[in-house]
Amino acid sequence: MPKDGGIGASTKRREDVRFLTGNGRYTDDINLRGQAYVFFLRSDVAHGKLTNVDTSAAEGMDGVVKIFTGKDFEGVGSIPCGWQVTDKHGQPMQEPGHPVLAQGKVRHVGEPIAAVVAETLGQARDAAEAIVLDIEELPAVINMKDAVKDGATKVHDDLTSNLCYDWGFVEENKDAVNKAFEEAAHVTTLELVNNRLVANPMEPRVAVGDYNRSDGEHTLYTTSQNPHVIRLLMGAFVLGIPEHKLRVVAPDVGGGFGTKIFHYQEEAFCTFAAKACNRPVKWTSSRSEAFMSDAHGRDHVTKIELALDAENNFKAIRTDTYANMGAYLSTFAPSVPTWLHGILMAGNYKTPLIYVNVKAVFTNTVPVDAYRGAGRPEATYQLERLVDKAAHELGVDPIKLRRQNFITEFPYATPVAVEYDTGDYVATMDKLEEMSDLAGFAARRKESEAKGKLRGFGVNCYIEACGIAPSNLVGQLGARAGLYESATVRVNATGGLVVMTGSHSHGQGHETAFPQVIAEMIGIDASMVEIVHGDTARTPMGMGTYGSRSIAVGGSAMVRATEKIIAKAKKIASHLLEASESDIELKDGAFSVAGTDKSVAWGDVTLAAYVPHNYPLEDIEPGLEETAFYDPSNFTYPSGAYACEVELDPETGQVTIERFSAADDFGNIINPMIVSGQVHGGLAQGIGQALMENCTYDSDGQLLSASYMDYAMPRASDVPFYDVDHSCQTPCTHNPLGVKGCGEAGAIGSPPAVVNAVLDAMRSGGKDVAHIDMPVTPSRVWAAMQG
Amino acid sequence: MYNFDVERPTSIADAVQAMSKEEAQPISGGQTLIPTLKARLAAPSVLVSLTGIEEMKGVCMSDDGRLCIGGGTTHSAVAAEAAAHYPGLASVAARIGDPAVRNRGTIGGSLANNDPSACYPAAALGSGATIVTNSREIAADDYFLGMFTTALEEGEIVTEVKFPIPQASHYEKFIQPASRFPLVAVFVAKFSDGVRVAVTGASNDGVFRWTEAEEALSANFSADAVAGLKAEGDMISDLHGTAEYRAHLVGVMTKRAVAAIA
Amino acid sequence: MTQVKMTVNGKTASGDVEGRTLLAQFLRDDQGLTGTHVGCDTSQCGACVVHVNGQAVKACTMLAIEADGATVDTIEGQANADGSLNVIQQAFQDHHGLQCGFCTPGMVMSAAALLKDNPKPTEAEVRHYLDGNICRCTGYHNIVKAIMAASGQDVSAIAAE
Repeated sequence: MPKDGGIGASTKRREDVRFLTGNGRYTDDINLRGQAYVFFLRSDVAHGKLTNVDTSAAEGMDGVVKIFTGKDFEGVGSIPCGWQVTDKHGQPMQEPGHPVLAQGKVRHVGEPIAAVVAETLGQARDAAEAIVLDIEELPAVINMKDAVKDGATKVHDDLTSNLCYDWGFVEENKDAVNKAFEEAAHVTTLELVNNRLVANPMEPRVAVGDYNRSDGEHTLYTTSQNPHVIRLLMGAFVLGIPEHKLRVVAPDVGGGFGTKIFHYQEEAFCTFAAKACNRPVKWTSSRSEAFMSDAHGRDHVTKIELALDAENNFKAIRTDTYANMGAYLSTFAPSVPTWLHGILMAGNYKTPLIYVNVKAVFTNTVPVDAYRGAGRPEATYQLERLVDKAAHELGVDPIKLRRQNFITEFPYATPVAVEYDTGDYVATMDKLEEMSDLAGFAARRKESEAKGKLRGFGVNCYIEACGIAPSNLVGQLGARAGLYESATVRVNATGGLVVMTGSHSHGQGHETAFPQVIAEMIGIDASMVEIVHGDTARTPMGMGTYGSRSIAVGGSAMVRATEKIIAKAKKIASHLLEASESDIELKDGAFSVAGTDKSVAWGDVTLAAYVPHNYPLEDIEPGLEETAFYDPSNFTYPSGAYACEVELDPETGQVTIERFSAADDFGNIINPMIVSGQVHGGLAQGIGQALMENCTYDSDGQLLSASYMDYAMPRASDVPFYDVDHSCQTPCTHNPLGVKGCGEAGAIGSPPAVVNAVLDAMRSGGKDVAHIDMPVTPSRVWAAMQG
Repeated sequence: MYNFDVERPTSIADAVQAMSKEEAQPISGGQTLIPTLKARLAAPSVLVSLTGIEEMKGVCMSDDGRLCIGGGTTHSAVAAEAAAHYPGLASVAARIGDPAVRNRGTIGGSLANNDPSACYPAAALGSGATIVTNSREIAADDYFLGMFTTALEEGEIVTEVKFPIPQASHYEKFIQPASRFPLVAVFVAKFSDGVRVAVTGASNDGVFRWTEAEEALSANFSADAVAGLKAEGDMISDLHGTAEYRAHLVGVMTKRAVAAIA
Repeated sequence: MTQVKMTVNGKTASGDVEGRTLLAQFLRDDQGLTGTHVGCDTSQCGACVVHVNGQAVKACTMLAIEADGATVDTIEGQANADGSLNVIQQAFQDHHGLQCGFCTPGMVMSAAALLKDNPKPTEAEVRHYLDGNICRCTGYHNIVKAIMAASGQDVSAIAAE
């Protein structure tokens, strides 16, 4: 039994109280004295030459404070990209400029052209409508394969083509992979689309810029997953503000899912404009604006092949992917289809040879970047659909084929450059079979058929790579940042602790889970520990929360800092107890001398640290505050097996999820309740991708799914209760908590299971359809059933 | 939103008076109009709120056996109060939008707007209802003139809707997963003198009567009677479904509606 | 500008509003009741659900002027008199029915409206009732569970945690 409030306990979340009573403090809840509001005039054409922006009629309108255009930002830096990919010829990717406000050209619907700052948002919008734009429309570049053809219209005139990079991985394996295909007993080929998605955290983005003339300090309140990253990118690369004059605060943030990692123009604008207007400037995105300005996710078009030998062993995998970058490179966009995708292509299988080719393409669409899973769902989807297709072609059971090819010995070095430290894919598959009641499926199918419905069962495995690291490796891979995390643990005189972490909580429950770790380490009540995050003025330089990294990297930094605290506290205790330091034991919040009944309480030691009357001042400094930066030696590799059972109405094509089981291995777990919640949310997003969500452009570059009227968000009635389990635990070997991360698993592991189940249902109805693209809408299913 | 003044009349007469102002537009529950205003797709100078007019609210039976619903009656009120008299209609009201939308949205507002995917137009046309305005009565067959177009004149307000009550009726709805409006929905009403079938969501011409199905069902009220029929017309094709798919769904929804009451 | 006056969470609230001022804006900007959130502009997400005269409505799709004279209840007025969480709020915490917290006020207000009319809803009834409330974090599992628990039903058979 875990200790109440310690590691492994399903401690209720302390942050809930403020959220449940309406006392959360989100960025839009922040209103500064004298603030003005900005409305962005955005392009309504996908591609065009911007020949004139005439603001004269708007300037004098009621309430207008100042109007900005691209001209005002000519001396200002470009929105930077944080990752440079090197192509298969050793050349750096093509990297276009990314202005705060459009300069000379507009490249996607929604690109900001001008910004009106006014007394009220209504007045700002009124004036924006009076701005006259001269735009010479150009052909829109939408289809990726057309975009890279010779003679295609260029999104960026100063680049040689629309190809950002052509990446081969591992290029040296290519010939051997091709040879394996020549020698294969069977080759399965699959072409598919990984549909473009919009992350849609329920809180739209908001930015409030403030400038203090007395000390020259800028403050930006923003909806960010990583305020320090924004401070560095915006301060150093866009606006030229040194870190000590720039504070970035990300208070309560209403969900992120990746799309709040990136540095956006609106943040730079509000920071810039607050100084230019000498008053705070606030921007609140509407949902409609979010659809055309938040970075989108996914959008890959892939051909993948699997070579098998006569015994159905996987021999080689070859992929060819087009990845949409959109019109500009968002902060981590280049890394998503490459290092977050290619290195996952081994999945859970011992395939000895793998070659991944990715062509990243510029189009006249909103920039595409990381969305929950980021590259890993794309890898998992193609691989797990492929394996299912192979099983079907070979007439073998899909679970059996998977089991036969599982990696079973760890550590395991894949042919795509990573080493899995631990895992037990057999165990999670065993667990899944038990959870999903496979034995009862035939009876359930009969019941469905009696109602005129088809029933299908689909399964998949997944492997994830979380906590991307170490920094020196990711630097070689093109990251223009380190990927460590930081924590400062400050112990107060009366014994309470404040942890200032570089991780950011926007739904993950850090304020509850992080104290559980410290409570366990020191043996005090978790309520004595407070977590501070989301403010560059209060926390050490940290990289923030994404990629399921917080507990594995941020938690480890906190453990390291707490270890330093304990080591120093033991020195103080040994002095107070007049015993050798090596004899001091810390248990249940008290320091004792081994083998004696002599002890001092935690609070006695912390008080001594700050009131050092009886204190070894000659040996150690007063105070009890430590900082640690933790840079992991490897990624962590959560894994699992998921099963989905669907019912399909053959008359309408409607698919409903009847059961969903998820068996995950996340290593050790701090708070099982929170972990389950993370999986639930990921599953709904994965089911959403598989069945409902689709971000679509027409051939002119107009966004068709531009609001909740057309972008289908999963609702409560679209999903079932999920059955999730994380009892299979192979702890990570290289971080102090043995944790692996759980934030993205649900979204990574669920789409292939859903699609595999739909195809199984269709087969049971006599329709052997080789593949159907996501989202598997009723219209698509019905059309496939007619074919 | 552009700014506008709001008038809150308490009688139909005052509302009609207020509507005579330049650029005046009525607002009932506002569940469609307010999002439209937010998108700045409409620019009224005066909004005449109909929600304070008590004489336009409520559900009752007329002496001639019709169910009369005030134009300002919310969907949730219809769902609750019409159930005993006309369960098929109450069931339509109970499934429009979501609970919060049903607490504001009104039957008059829905019929005046005539969204091609709205639920009420199918119920009104399928029932052969009469739309009563401040100045006249309009038969449903003459009222719906195409997508977002009705027989209403400028300044005319839907004050009441009178529904003949069929022997049996059923509304079969297949939702568009984003908006939760019908992708295709069919209202089937069986009267002693024949069957009416009204379809919403499917056609670029808005709500329509599927006369082939009506004839077949009037002769033989069974799901089999419509099995071979295919709806014709200018069907909507969009990212949620092709025209062909919608035409197919019209048949399926009709069949299921009939099966539910046959 | 027009003066409006309403009773919000039991107290008189008044202010001057434009015709276009939404109830959600009046509550957030005028009254400082920022617990009512705005998550979309097409009346779908339900983060802004409040009660007007006892009925759940979307505060982003109602003009403030239309609420003149009404009784309005928001998330800020839901806790018990002693400040402790009410039954629904407590169930949301007990069953982890929230993560980022942004949709939560609307979820709680919708749940309260549901349980008033239907004190023991089935799972399907809860899910259907939440058609106008979008959550992106929880996958709805623990929200549905919390609402059923708040209605006094035994939810122990629903997958743990």
